[in-house]
Amino acid sequence: MSEMTYRDALNLALKEEMRHDPSVVVLGEDVALYEGSFKVTRGLLAEFGEERVKDTPISENTIIGVSIGAAMGGLRPVAELMTVNFALLAMDQIINHMAKIRSMFGGQTFLPMTIRMPGGGGSQLGAQHSQSLETYFMHCPGMYVLYPSTPADAKGLLKSAIRNNNPVVFLEHELLYNSKGEVPEDPEYLIPIGRADVKRLGEHITIVAYARMTVLALQAAEELAQEGISCEVVDLRSLAPLDEETILASIRKTGRVVVVEECWRTCGLGAEITSRIYEHCFDILKTPVIRVSGLDVPMPYSRKIEKICIPQTESILQAVRNAMAGAY
Amino acid sequence: MEAKLRILLPDQELLRFYEQMFISREFEERCAEQYTKGNITGFLHLYSGQEAVAVGATAGLHRDDYILSAYREHAQAIVRGADPRRVMAELFGKATGICKGKGGSMHLFDPALNFMGGYAIVGGQFPISVGLAFAARYRGEDRIAACFFGDGAVNQGTFHESLNWAQLWQLPVLFICENNYYGIGTEVHRSSALASIHKRTCGYDIPSEKVDGMDVISVYRAVKYASEKVRETGRPYFIEATTYRFRGHSMADPAKYRSAAEHEMWKARDPLPNYAKRLIEEGIGTRKDLDAIEARCRATVDGAVTFAEESPWPEDGEVWEDLYV
Repeated sequence: MSEMTYRDALNLALKEEMRHDPSVVVLGEDVALYEGSFKVTRGLLAEFGEERVKDTPISENTIIGVSIGAAMGGLRPVAELMTVNFALLAMDQIINHMAKIRSMFGGQTFLPMTIRMPGGGGSQLGAQHSQSLETYFMHCPGMYVLYPSTPADAKGLLKSAIRNNNPVVFLEHELLYNSKGEVPEDPEYLIPIGRADVKRLGEHITIVAYARMTVLALQAAEELAQEGISCEVVDLRSLAPLDEETILASIRKTGRVVVVEECWRTCGLGAEITSRIYEHCFDILKTPVIRVSGLDVPMPYSRKIEKICIPQTESILQAVRNAMAGAY
Repeated sequence: MEAKLRILLPDQELLRFYEQMFISREFEERCAEQYTKGNITGFLHLYSGQEAVAVGATAGLHRDDYILSAYREHAQAIVRGADPRRVMAELFGKATGICKGKGGSMHLFDPALNFMGGYAIVGGQFPISVGLAFAARYRGEDRIAACFFGDGAVNQGTFHESLNWAQLWQLPVLFICENNYYGIGTEVHRSSALASIHKRTCGYDIPSEKVDGMDVISVYRAVKYASEKVRETGRPYFIEATTYRFRGHSMADPAKYRSAAEHEMWKARDPLPNYAKRLIEEGIGTRKDLDAIEARCRATVDGAVTFAEESPWPEDGEVWEDLYV
């Protein structure tokens, strides 16, 4: 184990996988010479050279289309879209092509490709650079969607994504890049896709969260412990497929649940999770499911009002207290 | 004077061109019949009139070269070697189809033939072709990617992005535009500021040429030259083959936007009878030889229809198969 940032853990995963498999190539806007807008691809060009680490034109749809072709042709591309917001320019290749190709061609090919997309809000980047679009991808069958909350998960999940033979949308939270944690040095450290992780054990209430929301949920849980409320924090890690079993097992134990999502509330992943909870745990719930969500507005710039659009530790605390007090 | 056919290719090859064009036409016309019978449903875009492009171009490529196309791709798949029975079964939605009945008319695919798909989002195949060419170069494979598309696709962003990319990365992609002059009902000069499509590549410094897409030999010669150029230089090349579809955009389109006179003018240039005439005039084959070829094609397509009719439907559980590896 060694302590490193989420950014460096991702960087290490890329390097290890490129060393492990010569068919892994990295491509994207400014990933080579500039070493990535968030410096996740630092040192890759120097170690692996121009044919494996490739700067591309600002052509998001074609970045994904080229990755699809490369994957079909025997490579294992890892594409970086500079931010998740720009993925909207590539939705044709992502949804109409990448997610369909294996199925619509009768299983005759497969696409071992990963698309890395930094995202999330909270840096005062304004409406077009602060979105949390995870549900856009979760909604579509034919691909996996991962979103780590810790450096260790970032490493283990990215490695699994790259080795997986299905297309994977790999989300990274921009505000977590500098967060630190212990990361296993083992180059075979892999986290299975489709498994949530119980990041904190508790008895009274379950908090379901993912990515940066997990970090906030853990902070809230720490504070609530001092009030005598024991929270169990389930970190989804894999948004598609969803680890329903782990979520439901926790709720069967606690009987109460708060779902925290950074995305917009309407048709958000919280709505999907809530629905599944009601389908399976209706009888045992002691309180209704409570959602803590991003506000249904385009993100404003000003830090004073940006803050109220994104769930904060305080909003989670309040939601849990309300649930425990029966005030919902 | 045009070169005599025999100087170009052996008789057997020349006759094979005729056979491939004829089976393509026969296949499409039988599809139309099966569509009216309700055996083929959904969208059905027929290739009748454009056969010289698929046949001439495929012959100008190597077997290892990738072929990608749009949604009017039955002929391209069959000429590349796809079993007409399995293509017809696909159109019928049967389990024996080339994609198990999950693709349909617009999504034929056979990796064993390096036929890498029919794509139904206009322009979707451009970047995928570029990616396949990149993989081929990366892996040191001696193959190029041939990307077919229509005149309507040249106004999509992926067209410009992919031309730029292929030239920037110096990738072996042969772009083949089948200009049949209409994107559904919009004639090319009403959608393209520069209706002479092959000239558009100058912005990317990609060599290009225009060829008569109603003449299988012209297409063959152009693609043969171009594909070798791409192979040799590792850089893209662009061909615009002018052609005409004798039917509407799809079976749902009666093509009322085209005049009878225009249609007649192109009908007179039908690639099949004109090529047949030339084969006979140059003594490559007799009318009797061609009749025998035609009879053989009809029998093959008959067999394809019977096969499709008699094939089983997919099992319901099949919807969950092939989603993930």
